[in-house]
Amino acid sequence: MKILIVDDFSTMRRIIKNLLRDLGFTNTQEADDGLTALPMLKSGDFDFLVTDWNMPGMTGIDLLKHVRADEKLSALPTLMVTAEAKRDQIVEAAQAGVNGYVVKPFTAAALKEKIEKIFERV
Amino acid sequence: MTTETELPREDFIIGELRQCASLLLEKLQSDDYKEASKMIVDLNATRDKTIFQSVGELTRALHESIKNFNIPGDQQLLSNQSEGENNSELNDASNGLEYVLTLTKNAADKTMDMVEECAPISSELGQEASSLKQEWLRLRNREMTPDEFRALYTRLDIYFETLDVGTNKLNENMQNIILEQGFQDLTGQVLKKVINLVTEVEGNLVSLMRIAGQVEDVVGIDVDKYTNKDSDGETKGLDTKGEGPQYNAEKRTDIVNNQDDVDDLLSSLGF
Repeated sequence: MKILIVDDFSTMRRIIKNLLRDLGFTNTQEADDGLTALPMLKSGDFDFLVTDWNMPGMTGIDLLKHVRADEKLSALPTLMVTAEAKRDQIVEAAQAGVNGYVVKPFTAAALKEKIEKIFERV
Repeated sequence: MTTETELPREDFIIGELRQCASLLLEKLQSDDYKEASKMIVDLNATRDKTIFQSVGELTRALHESIKNFNIPGDQQLLSNQSEGENNSELNDASNGLEYVLTLTKNAADKTMDMVEECAPISSELGQEASSLKQEWLRLRNREMTPDEFRALYTRLDIYFETLDVGTNKLNENMQNIILEQGFQDLTGQVLKKVINLVTEVEGNLVSLMRIAGQVEDVVGIDVDKYTNKDSDGETKGLDTKGEGPQYNAEKRTDIVNNQDDVDDLLSSLGF
């Protein structure tokens, strides 16, 4: 299972990376915004994408839309982990085809639950 | 406060204008056109003088307000440009915020380093402890051969040593994690300074607005002509611009408060 973690703050990437490792996912890579993430996804056979929303360059929601529009990536399971908490945003993410939405600050249990749920369905 | 200081001057001007007007009327009634037109010129001059005076005062006030922003003026900018820096308070504030960013990042990194260092130590100590507990139980139940006992004896020896070293490291790291929280104090001081500056700038902006309002009154600019256009522009579709963490969550209804709210909303959408 190869996972890409996208967040502009290295601390948050590290927290997510640690939690994923605790869950048994050790093969992770990192990107600091959508613009760096997209080429990595296109060339890197990732199985799972964890992305923040608010980032410079390309935001997470735009990254998700690009992923869904890409023939090869369109089915990539994607989890949004973000501080963005407006109802409209959650609706937009759902419409764009997100597989899970976790608001920061989050607990290890919440992240675990969402990830497990996503892989139950896949 | 401001109206109190302005009233006497206005009274004075109005008094002067009234005096001119009644003199003008007098001259006109006595058919003295030469004197009358001189009066009209005087009337105009009085009005112009008040405008000039007001504009002068307002310009001075404006200058003071701008100075209070501590933004470098043209002179300062020019003289500092060669050194490639400016020392305004606003610039100082953004440097301060950069410092907060660095300090919080370093503290988070160091804390995580130390926890990552602790995790394998405590997990190894725990694993060995439960394995030894099983062996110890066998010894107490007299299920152990002399050879097995000798092996246990050596293992215990090693374990006490590892326990000693391990717990010392754990204690040391826990102490360091506590110390690392000192960033709260340092960043707090900087943030308070920035908050004060923002409040000050806001105060100065308010007085600028007031001065601008007085300028409009004096020169008779019609503000309504320039504002209130497109005031009720309709919002279209979803409002999904990124806002970052919600620190005013309790005052808003368009946001979710926790993960449960998110889950409820998503399930209402058929997730």
